Amino acid sequence: MSVTALRAPAPSRLRLGLRAVLVAAVLVLAAFPLLNTLPEAHPLHVSDFLVSVTGKWICYAILALSLDLAWGYAGILSLGHGAFFALGGYAMGMHLMRLIGPRGVYGHPVLPDFMVFLGYRELPWYWLGFDNFAFAMLMVLAVPGLLAFLLGWLCFRSRITGVYLSIITQAMTYALMLAFFRNDMGFGGNNGFTDFKELLGMPLNTSFARGALFYASLISLVGCYLLCRWIAGTKYGRVLTAIRDAENRVRFLGYSVTQHKLFAFVLSAMMAGWAGALYVPQVGIINPGEFSPGNSIEAVVWVAVGGRGTLVGAILGAFSVNGLKTWLTSAAPDLWLFVLGGLFVLVTLFLPRGLIGLFQGRAK
Amino acid sequence: MTRIFLFILLLAAALPARAQDPFLSALPGLGGGFGAQAEAVERLGALGDPRAIPLLRALGDGRLLRRADGTLLVRDGATLTEAATGTTAEAGTPEPARININNRVRVALRGALGRLQLVSPDPAERLTAAEGVLRSRSAENVPLLEAALARETVPRIRSRMELALGASRLVATDPDAKRAGIATLGASASPEARSVLLEARAQNPDLLPEIEAAVAAIDRRLAIRRGVETVFQGLSLGSVLLLAALGLAITFGVMGVINMAHGEFVMLGAYTTFVVQEICRGIPWLLPWSLPLSIPAAFLVTALAGGAMERGLIRHLYGRPLETLLLTFGVGMMIQQAVRLGFGAQNREVLSPSWMQGTILLPMDIPLTQNRLWILLFSLVVLGLVVLAIRFTRFGLEMRAVTQRRAIASSMGIRTGRVDALTFAFGSGIAGIAGVALSQIDNVSPNLGTGYIIDSFLVVVFGGVGSLAGTLVGAMGLGLVNKLLEPWAGAVLAKVFVLVAAMIFIQRRPRGLFAQKGRAAEA
Repeated sequence: MSVTALRAPAPSRLRLGLRAVLVAAVLVLAAFPLLNTLPEAHPLHVSDFLVSVTGKWICYAILALSLDLAWGYAGILSLGHGAFFALGGYAMGMHLMRLIGPRGVYGHPVLPDFMVFLGYRELPWYWLGFDNFAFAMLMVLAVPGLLAFLLGWLCFRSRITGVYLSIITQAMTYALMLAFFRNDMGFGGNNGFTDFKELLGMPLNTSFARGALFYASLISLVGCYLLCRWIAGTKYGRVLTAIRDAENRVRFLGYSVTQHKLFAFVLSAMMAGWAGALYVPQVGIINPGEFSPGNSIEAVVWVAVGGRGTLVGAILGAFSVNGLKTWLTSAAPDLWLFVLGGLFVLVTLFLPRGLIGLFQGRAK
Repeated sequence: MTRIFLFILLLAAALPARAQDPFLSALPGLGGGFGAQAEAVERLGALGDPRAIPLLRALGDGRLLRRADGTLLVRDGATLTEAATGTTAEAGTPEPARININNRVRVALRGALGRLQLVSPDPAERLTAAEGVLRSRSAENVPLLEAALARETVPRIRSRMELALGASRLVATDPDAKRAGIATLGASASPEARSVLLEARAQNPDLLPEIEAAVAAIDRRLAIRRGVETVFQGLSLGSVLLLAALGLAITFGVMGVINMAHGEFVMLGAYTTFVVQEICRGIPWLLPWSLPLSIPAAFLVTALAGGAMERGLIRHLYGRPLETLLLTFGVGMMIQQAVRLGFGAQNREVLSPSWMQGTILLPMDIPLTQNRLWILLFSLVVLGLVVLAIRFTRFGLEMRAVTQRRAIASSMGIRTGRVDALTFAFGSGIAGIAGVALSQIDNVSPNLGTGYIIDSFLVVVFGGVGSLAGTLVGAMGLGLVNKLLEPWAGAVLAKVFVLVAAMIFIQRRPRGLFAQKGRAAEA
């Protein structure tokens, strides 16, 4: 495994410059919903489409950040991070479904439409409590966290690493996808959840709600980034990096590799779940397709393109690859998969440190 | 069969015996008055002789003619045949007269033909007749069914006739006949016989113990049949997994290169089969051989693709498994998209040659689909060939040497780079062969391979990396467990269970069932 230099000893000019660019980027993004309220003829007007699409990308960036924490710092290449994202999304979706209340097509006071359709008599036990926002948010973090804890505990304890772990995580998201496609799971089967009405008392199809969700996502992204950066700088973070580079040596030095990796993996899964929860009300739908292994692997490519183990790189990768995707899927839809596949090849062969590596290389 | 044969022999050799042949003695009646006609039709119907079928049909259609001397002729378009012998005949003078019938004769004809179809030379007709008799369920049919059963050879029709016979005996008045019927039904393994018996319980309270015993016997056989069927399905799934995983066992298991594009190589093999078939369409005598021809073609195509990928890309990433994983995933994505653009996203149809179609019926009516049986055999043959190639060829020796100690192999003069490329091409080629087999039972579409890749990895990991025996056991085990779980968990949940179980299994035996021991394990 290649070793990436994590930090320069002192903040260099490059770092300072990078930091300024970051702050500027955040400020520009923060202005989007405000500029959206300008009249359409105004040169600085930002379209609804751009606001909603950047809102989505911000959620992807949080997912990329969480994956970078696991892969770039702890060396856990998870090919199933999309599962945590989707689980968080489903928890949020359950809350939104409960908030529809009697406004569904069938008009049942409690049961969501698909349950009435499938002949449910009452709410399944695991749906109880999801009408409460705080409980739902707790579940957004707890469910992915718990799954990551179980899987991580089982795997790290028996020293399953590298590609084996990757395949297991991929199998996990694949199994979850199959399970969520089933109607009798009580999660809407094929169609998942959609037709959401409101969140925290605000109707979802207004520009106010879009703006609010956008800011929530942006604040979350900045918060997650600062959290990850802080973790990476602590002694714990240093040990984590050491585990990534030489797991056995760290173990022989007396550190509990299992505990260190487990903490990073669980935290990363919770962040992914949080990103999913922010994503669902913005796109207005969640279905089992989110669990497909392809989604998870796409997230890996964002991090790889941006440069893993750098945090900023993950965010940069998420924005640039998704920007490319949004542009290409409308300009030349047939080409997109070639480009995505080509990105995998290009990055692994020629840009092992990603886009950030390009800048760093020039600085040296 | 032998009976018919004897019949014909007798007929040909012994013309004087004509008087004793009940078929021939019934014939003249057809030319008589309506009463005599109906009686003769009844007699012919009861005889159960297939020779009567064309005669009775001709009579119904007004194509039966009578000469002045009373002998009968059948007119079929312009040709005339002798009714008694079936040989072609001259009309002669005076012109033979058409035989007319009335409604009474027509009713008799319908009944007689229905029963005679039980011995018709056409198997499909016999089957429909057996179904009809089974539905009507009348004790009068018993002698007919017995006669028909005696000469029936097709197992599927036999089992239907037995069922009809049992059901017909059961409605007889004689308790002994009923007992015989229960015994006949109880000897079968069909759910229908079971329901016939259950229905009969109410009408025959005195025979209750016999019926219960017969039902229990059927239940036992049904359970065995279900078991055998499940095992066959499991082995069939296992053989598919084995084929898909064999190539992986070489590239991943032996070389340690994780190839996420393996599923796409399988898909390429399936598309090669399709292309070979389309080429063979142009050369009609070649068409039946298109599938066997596809095997080397698919091997070559995917081996070349694999070799090129190893030389061009993968070799730059040796020792960096995670990067290899991502790279091959990207390549797989591009292959898939290229095929989707080239051939379209819809399924392509690959025909099965006739010798692979149909079903074999084992005793107890256990159906085995032929194409799955062939694939099972094929997978074992491929496994055998791979084992032989690795054990006994120079290439296999070099391959083992390079994987065990690369540096020493190199210093012995083995060109390790070339061996790497060849090994990878070999593994990829086997993926292509798997694609040929899969084209027979799965949809040939661009995402054919995606469905197998995760399972194949599980097989290799489950069986133990680097062990072909482990791959065999892993594939068959995974297939069997999948199919055994299916009846009570459903297909999807069974799959989920298997994935979870495999994860837990890897906990206990991280190096698989057949872990390598000693030095090889350290590498």
